[in-house]
Amino acid sequence: MSLKLEHVTYTYNPGSAYETHALKDVSLEIPQGQFVGVIGHTGSGKSTLTQHFNGLMRPTSGTVYYNDEDIWQEGYSLKRLRSHVGLVFQYPEHQLFEADVLSDVCFGPKNQGLSQEEARERARTALIQVGLKEKYFSSSPFELSGGQKRRVAIAGVLAMEPDVLILDEPTAGLDPKGRDEILDQIAYLHQERKITVILVSHSMEDIARYVERILVMNQGEKAFDGTPKEVFAHYKELEAMGLAAPQITYIMHALRENGLAADTSAITVEEARDSILKALGRGEK
Amino acid sequence: MIRDITIGQYYPADSSLHRLDPRVKFIGTFLFLISLFVADSFWGYLLATCFLGGIILLSKVPVKFMVKGLKPLFIILLITVLFNLFLIPGKEIWSLGFLTITVEGVQQAVKIGIRLIYLVMGSSVMTLTTTPNQLTDGLERILRPLNKIKVPVHEISMMMSIALRFIPILMEETDKIMKAQIARGADFESGNLIQKAKNMIPLLVPLFISAFRRADDLAMAMEARCYHGGDHRTQMKPLIYERKDYVAYGIVLIYLAADILIRIFL
Repeated sequence: MSLKLEHVTYTYNPGSAYETHALKDVSLEIPQGQFVGVIGHTGSGKSTLTQHFNGLMRPTSGTVYYNDEDIWQEGYSLKRLRSHVGLVFQYPEHQLFEADVLSDVCFGPKNQGLSQEEARERARTALIQVGLKEKYFSSSPFELSGGQKRRVAIAGVLAMEPDVLILDEPTAGLDPKGRDEILDQIAYLHQERKITVILVSHSMEDIARYVERILVMNQGEKAFDGTPKEVFAHYKELEAMGLAAPQITYIMHALRENGLAADTSAITVEEARDSILKALGRGEK
Repeated sequence: MIRDITIGQYYPADSSLHRLDPRVKFIGTFLFLISLFVADSFWGYLLATCFLGGIILLSKVPVKFMVKGLKPLFIILLITVLFNLFLIPGKEIWSLGFLTITVEGVQQAVKIGIRLIYLVMGSSVMTLTTTPNQLTDGLERILRPLNKIKVPVHEISMMMSIALRFIPILMEETDKIMKAQIARGADFESGNLIQKAKNMIPLLVPLFISAFRRADDLAMAMEARCYHGGDHRTQMKPLIYERKDYVAYGIVLIYLAADILIRIFL
């Protein structure tokens, strides 16, 4: 069970004066169960990349494999692929349309061919998973707050029980509390259900806290691919791409330059604290 | 997916026709349409053909764009021509059962056919060389006298500009929502007509909501900038006739006069 891209190139308006390469020869493989972060500047090809994973965009050249099957081969069911690879778009609350929350979440499962009862059961589970209170289930999605709408929309994809969950900037426009809650829920789901999660974001702090692997996109190309520690070690190059490493990385580098033997690969506040205490000779908590 | 559709078929180029004042193009097109109904003889049509040909050459727009504009009208054209061909009474030249073709019928069919084609091509030249915004600006100026009889000309043209401005935004939005629903397993292609219409609900509801939200935001933004409608508003680029515009008016008027003379004397 894996997602694989081989030499994928995507060109907008090929052959015309407006020709632009959104993706240039991208190859990568994501094994089942990984928590991957995709970062990149606006226009770096992040969103285009995510839409290749579930067959919404067809590569101009190159091949996309899901479970070692070419998804663009004759007779391959893209509809079935999309029930395995769930994609939550940016501002997903803009796609809500039903009269009540539960029916909206049922939309995906019903399209998968489930019965009314099964769909409702799945919808309930998904809504509880994203942390929406039961009293909202029968209210109109348009009466909810921004953060609640976002949860409903994410539940709409979760209810399809995908093996791979792709989220394009799931926290854009949310307050810090809502952001942490949603990311924590996603991390929890990743652990509980062993699903692959691909998280697109440009917030380094979010990415550093949760993911085990980072893909950095720059001008349609894969710039870096590795663990957060490996990638953030290139913080100078990241800056040149208009990105930045987590603030902790900068602090640790500054400490080291000023003579403290701090571990510059620390990326979360907790790691940094431990490393600084250790460097000061007070390692034991 | 549907981003490729162009609405308001402006073709960007740098020609003397593109640079003309939109009012000239508007009135010029109108006069050309009148001339098509004045022309009744071979010479009249020849003159119209030369004039249209010259204009198309001047516009630097590839002829294939003009022809593309004719496509949606093909059926109407065909029906009109056939009706004229078979239903005009006169000297019979061919008949089969109840179908008869007369000399007068053939003449009328050819005339109507040419008229319709030229009508569409003539107005295509205008829309291809003028941006939608210029068009509404021009229209606003031409219709300004109607203000006297309490027609809200500025408001109407403002609404037109806003509507045009929102077409590409809503197209993009449609594309996005469509993709999002496809990702949730929606199907917009298969099924019969009723099924298809039902399948559009997950697309149309969010689209309408977003259109209203955008309209609301825009209204708020305009009010925050103290927008209050037509009176005493000035334009950043006011329309002012230049020499080339008067020359263009002259050419169109000479053409129309020649057309009328041909009608009277030939």
